Amino acid sequence: MNAYSYTLLIPLIPLFVFLLIGLTGHKYKPSISGLIGTAGLLVVTVLSYMTAISYFWTDHIAGTAYTSLKVFEIDWLHLTEFLTINLGILLDPISVMMLVVISTVSFMVHIYSLGYMKGEKGFARFYAFLSLFSFSMLGLVLATNIFQMYIFWELVGVSSYLLIGFYYTKPSAVSASKKAFIVTRFADLGFLIGILMLSFMTNTFDFQTLVSSDSPALSHMGGATFLGLSTLTWALTLVFIGGAGKSAMFPLHIWLPDAMEGPTPVSALIHAATMVVAGVYLVARLFPLYSMVAPDALVIVAWVGGISSLFAAIIACTQYDIKRVLAYSTMSQIGYMMLALGVSGYGGHDGLGFMASNWHLFTHAMFKALLFLGAGAIIHSVHSNDMREMGNLRKYLPITHLTFLIGCLTIAGIPPLSGFFSKDEILAAALHANPALFAIEYLVAGITAFYMFRLYFNVFWGKSTHYHHTPHESPLVMTIPLMVLAFGAVFSGFLPFNELVTSDGLPFEAHINYSVAIPSVLIAAFGILVAYMMYRKESLVPEKIATSLGAFYRGAYHKFYMDELYLFVTHKIIFRYISQPVAWFDRNIVDGTMNLIGYSIEKASYMIKGFQSGRVQQYGYVFVTGAVALVIIFVFIW
Amino acid sequence: MNIYDFLIMRHELVLVIIALVVLIIDLGLKPAQKRHIIPVAVTLFIIHTIIGFLPSSGGILFGGMFHSSPLLVMMKNVLNIGVLIILLQSYSWLIKPENKEKMSEYFVIMFFTLTGMYFMISAGDFLMFYLGLETASIPIAALAAYMHHRTKSAEAGVKYILSSALSSGILLFGLSLIYGTTGSILFSDIAFSITDSPLQIFALIFFISGMAFKISLVPFQLWTADVYEGAPTNVTSYLSVISKGAASFVFMLILFKVFFPVMEVWRDILYTLSIATMIIGNLFALRQKNMKRFLAFSSIAQAGFILLGIMVGSKLGMTSVIYFILTYIFSNLGAFGVVSAIENASGKLSMDDYNGLYKTNPKLSLLMMLSVFSLAGIPPVAGFFGKFFLFTSAASAGLYWLVFIAILNATISLYYYLLVVKAMFINKNETPIPAFKTDLPARAGLILSALGIFILGFWSQVYEWINNLTVGIF
Repeated sequence: MNAYSYTLLIPLIPLFVFLLIGLTGHKYKPSISGLIGTAGLLVVTVLSYMTAISYFWTDHIAGTAYTSLKVFEIDWLHLTEFLTINLGILLDPISVMMLVVISTVSFMVHIYSLGYMKGEKGFARFYAFLSLFSFSMLGLVLATNIFQMYIFWELVGVSSYLLIGFYYTKPSAVSASKKAFIVTRFADLGFLIGILMLSFMTNTFDFQTLVSSDSPALSHMGGATFLGLSTLTWALTLVFIGGAGKSAMFPLHIWLPDAMEGPTPVSALIHAATMVVAGVYLVARLFPLYSMVAPDALVIVAWVGGISSLFAAIIACTQYDIKRVLAYSTMSQIGYMMLALGVSGYGGHDGLGFMASNWHLFTHAMFKALLFLGAGAIIHSVHSNDMREMGNLRKYLPITHLTFLIGCLTIAGIPPLSGFFSKDEILAAALHANPALFAIEYLVAGITAFYMFRLYFNVFWGKSTHYHHTPHESPLVMTIPLMVLAFGAVFSGFLPFNELVTSDGLPFEAHINYSVAIPSVLIAAFGILVAYMMYRKESLVPEKIATSLGAFYRGAYHKFYMDELYLFVTHKIIFRYISQPVAWFDRNIVDGTMNLIGYSIEKASYMIKGFQSGRVQQYGYVFVTGAVALVIIFVFIW
Repeated sequence: MNIYDFLIMRHELVLVIIALVVLIIDLGLKPAQKRHIIPVAVTLFIIHTIIGFLPSSGGILFGGMFHSSPLLVMMKNVLNIGVLIILLQSYSWLIKPENKEKMSEYFVIMFFTLTGMYFMISAGDFLMFYLGLETASIPIAALAAYMHHRTKSAEAGVKYILSSALSSGILLFGLSLIYGTTGSILFSDIAFSITDSPLQIFALIFFISGMAFKISLVPFQLWTADVYEGAPTNVTSYLSVISKGAASFVFMLILFKVFFPVMEVWRDILYTLSIATMIIGNLFALRQKNMKRFLAFSSIAQAGFILLGIMVGSKLGMTSVIYFILTYIFSNLGAFGVVSAIENASGKLSMDDYNGLYKTNPKLSLLMMLSVFSLAGIPPVAGFFGKFFLFTSAASAGLYWLVFIAILNATISLYYYLLVVKAMFINKNETPIPAFKTDLPARAGLILSALGIFILGFWSQVYEWINNLTVGIF
């Protein structure tokens, strides 16, 4: 045991709260459950901040590298003589940073939900699930080994399934939760195989061993190749596919927009700040390994990130559901983070991308949670998700308006708000490594500013809409989290990330890169300006543009028909051409023919009714055919 | 051979004695007292299960025909646990008036088939193996036809016995070829003379076909759905868990003990069968609406996974197979237990009838959810680790493509397992199955399954304990 043993409590408290509310929640008033959950998260937040302060500052000797500390670990299972599965807690710059992110956002969401979910059926259940989710997410980031991470990874999937499907009376929510679960499970398939391959090559699951400079993976660099890439590269690419699924990277993003059916605070927690960045965290966690042994895999990471961010930004411009705009925007911003990791090198100033990615993760968590919670406040007051039914809300919701504006400015990258700094570093890293990707991201910066302000002007300015009930500002429990997060969004850009979270633990010099910063602010300003002209007042301009862009606009509006494509493949091809015929074969050919024989014999011979269904001959026939086929294959052909 | 040598086969002896005792007691009972046989049989079986866990040294009897070792004893204990759960779950069905004449039959037949499985596991030559196999198979037909006044049950019995006879014939043909080419039926002798000559491969394939029938691998699985659907639910769970588990154990043991020299060949055969089984089983399961048929097809798919561990042919593979079967016993019995409880209370078996079950019977729904999550392999419950170890062992043998296909199938299976969860928790129903209380033994059976699912998932000692026992075979 050591000075950090209290960090054990960080995941355990939410687990305890989950069990407490889950088992006894029905015995007392729902609001008590909410308070218990919130109090639990308060303690977690305090502990996380204590950890962060002592790890980053008080316990750290200036000028030395930040080391990773294994605070606690138990041997849980001896898989083979060399390979053990452990459970423990690992502290290093990125995990401590994630502790702060998760606990802050989760705590805010807990408070906010006291107001937002008030009176909902299943209030206690909601808090139980929230605690379960927080537990899984904290366990995920604190994992000492990739296997522990995988277990919590799946738990995160299960708890988000429960949370998205919370409105279980709403069919769309139910199918969305299932979609999210199954799509991410498909991606996890890659993750699991990646883990298996990696662990068999290196004989370890342990992060510290894997990423150390004498990593056992190094001896496999020149190993067998498959389709031109080494086995190790394949393993790490498969691991990345798992991360891409959770982080909604193209083309595994299809679940994210639909997941917006869940309660809005859930979106703020899961789909802005925590679960969706798990993929980024995973790559960051294994980053030294990627950069040492599988640079090819990093190229894939970079391009997937770049394409996703452009793709999502284009779609975001066409959505009318305010939560969906935010969902696509999240996907786009995570694309930024992935890209930054993909273009990064290891150590010193080369690791700029790594630092920028984590920084953007941090600032994004603040401003995107803020935007989601703001959207929640809007939905709460006008009872609609559709921005076409909104307008002029700045008069009714002053606090929401102001904080939402801060969020929009931050994501657009306007200095001196935090988004500016982190995005600037990403762009600088991209420019350094890959001009093509830089061009994409530069463009995306402009589009981002445009669609966010399209949303902003549509909702808060524009036409004066007639509302059934006059919209009113939300209660304090909802506006205080907005203010806190706005504070974070404004000031987290001043944190010295280049000293705290770097690829090799050592600080390096980073400064604002004016040749990148000035053009990027300009394009953001341009995006805002276009949005201002188009949406500030009710006008016909957007309609005109939509008609002039024609097919492209329609394509984007329909999300480039990705869902249709998936549906086509699963329903039309797999279901219709494989599953249905097989079932049809079972029912009609196997059963049907035999039933027919059975029934005719039944008519003919009352005596042996029921004993002679007739199907057995068919079974025997298939049986013998199968055995003979095996003989032919394995004796004569093999 | 002295009297103590008989202790080596104490599982078999004790169980035969119990079966005879039950039979004799039943003779003396008046019709009105028949139901008292149930507690007697269950109590005796509990004692038997406990005795089974006493340490035993192992040894060889009857000139090498009968082997025993801690590993084999452990396999038998695994089966015992499963049978115990099934006996407990059968209670509410057995005491129904239509069964009152023949309650003891249920126990006696089940105990005799279990004895057959013990002999099969302990076999040291093909004769003992075959006798055990038939003892374990033929009476099951009687169990499947237990409710012979119902056409479907009778039909299940007949189908089972006919298919089983065919498979035995083919198996026996294979064994005769082995005897013809090697001149011995003792496992230890044959292992020295097995080569990849065509005739012996021929024999190997027929042996595999015969065993594939018992484990219900594609294309030898056609009987499964009909028999599972027609047989009484508790018999179905016996077939799908115990019978299949025992056959998998034996299959693995004989492949290792006898056919080890031609491992390359049977690995390829099992590779083919495994892929076919997982895919076909899943595709059928996707569209089933009857819960028993649904579980039947899903259990076919699960059998495909078992092969993954067998074909590895290493200590790791063996441990993972045994562990998987253990997790599979608990998970599948949890699911079957719920199905059986609901069938007994309301007579309903269709998945649509399960709509809204959570509202009326939350505990049963939660257990069902736990079981199907475990069958689908979602961490951290037992089934996940069962599958995980299988995948690990296959990956350690370099079978990456197979692992890929297997995980893909595990993901597809998640879809249909979620259908059950969706029905219970999400779908609406005007007239859900009303709330009911399960009786004490059934509840004990359900709790045992739930405990198993949890303990295996969270307590790693079980795996290590199995792992230590598998040393002996290699």
